[in-house]
Amino acid sequence: MLRLKDGIKEIIRKTAVSLPRDVEEALKAAFEAEPEESPSKEALAQMLENARIAKNSARPLCQDTGTPIFYARVPRELSFAVVEKSILDGLRTATESVPLRPNAVDVLTEKNSGDNTGLFFPEIYFEQSEQDTLVVDLSLKGAGSENAGAFYKLPDERLKAGRDLDGVRKCILDAVYSIQGRACPPYTVGVGIAGTRLAAAKLSRTALMRKLNEEAPEPAINELEKRALSEINSLGIGAMGLGGNCTALGVKINHAHRHTGSYFVDISIACWANRRSRLVW
Amino acid sequence: MNNKKAIKIETPLTEEIVRALRVGQNVLISGTIFTARDKVHAYLAGSPDPEDMPFKKLAGSILYHCGPVITEDNGRYSVIAAGPTTSQRMQMYEPFVISHYGVRGIMGKGGMSAEVAQAMKESGCVYLHAIGGAGALLAEKIKAVEGVWKLEEFGRAEAMWALRVEDFPAMVTIDSRGESIHAQVEKTSKERLLGLIQGR
Repeated sequence: MLRLKDGIKEIIRKTAVSLPRDVEEALKAAFEAEPEESPSKEALAQMLENARIAKNSARPLCQDTGTPIFYARVPRELSFAVVEKSILDGLRTATESVPLRPNAVDVLTEKNSGDNTGLFFPEIYFEQSEQDTLVVDLSLKGAGSENAGAFYKLPDERLKAGRDLDGVRKCILDAVYSIQGRACPPYTVGVGIAGTRLAAAKLSRTALMRKLNEEAPEPAINELEKRALSEINSLGIGAMGLGGNCTALGVKINHAHRHTGSYFVDISIACWANRRSRLVW
Repeated sequence: MNNKKAIKIETPLTEEIVRALRVGQNVLISGTIFTARDKVHAYLAGSPDPEDMPFKKLAGSILYHCGPVITEDNGRYSVIAAGPTTSQRMQMYEPFVISHYGVRGIMGKGGMSAEVAQAMKESGCVYLHAIGGAGALLAEKIKAVEGVWKLEEFGRAEAMWALRVEDFPAMVTIDSRGESIHAQVEKTSKERLLGLIQGR
């Protein structure tokens, strides 16, 4: 029987070397839509070619194999500790075998741990599940896109953004404008609306795990996602920021009830590759 | 990359060749390039030991903002993935590095500031934009690892690697006249942003 740590290793490999299908399809559509010989079309062509080479040669899409972020939904029969150990074992093996770039650096000594583990590294979030199966979602989050995240407290005087969804829309546009092409567009933009900073940040990050074609259930959020996407793409930043019509592939918004006194908007950016996948065990 | 129209350039680059390059042109780079990211830049802009590194080789060379995935087998290095990293982080060091070491090309992604563009104008240097995330494709253009410096101290991602490349694709996005595609895109997008958030 395949061991859990081998399953973890395999999902890490798959996530590092291949694009999620919805993302690849969206990139192809963007490539088709850009004008011939535009820098944006050429950038998209290289992205698709890179994806082909990475998959065929089983090597990472990008040299920044990211911060591994695991979201585990654990059935009653399994302990969190057992799952955590398998994740760490699988990650250490994958760092050697894929290989991944060792990215975990000790803040005090500036030493790289060499195996992608350390204090709060990787990030692992646990939830108890009522189902019989273990579900592990993995995101390999590159630093370029993580550095591009933004955080707003509404109201925001500079943007004239009030405490409503139109204020949220202004934050989204400002965040994408501010990062320009530095975080490898076309982006997936994750948005979290909440009354505490931690909740807003967690919601914006988990929004990136939603499939691009997965529609938000609430009409107001659905409408805002579509409008924000179309407005981002009208900014003209384009693939890799070289000018063009495709700056984002999707906008995904999560929200929580907020404290009546607080209105936080957190923006998480995923680069064009938005490396994510799921293991069902 | 539209290779038909790309200009082939070879390191070490002369000032004349660099001054003739214009924003929007695609290039295919051959020769030796040097990776340099956060730690190498901080070191180069500090007080490096002149005995300690390939100083002289940097004149006319291209610095590549890249922290590659590299494996080692009995002292032989293989480049697995080697796309560009975000150049913005190196901005505060780059004007000094360009003028002090005589670097003729800075390659990365996302562009650099007006101060860096000004230093490029003064010294005769260009910014070369490679496609971010294209780590596997770009690694195929790297034919050999010629040397490495500061490996122990900085680690594999941050060390300075001398890489021999062949037809490595990039686009000139800041030229030695100080013209910048990044500045143009930012200006246009700012006008559009203001149109979208004003009112209400």
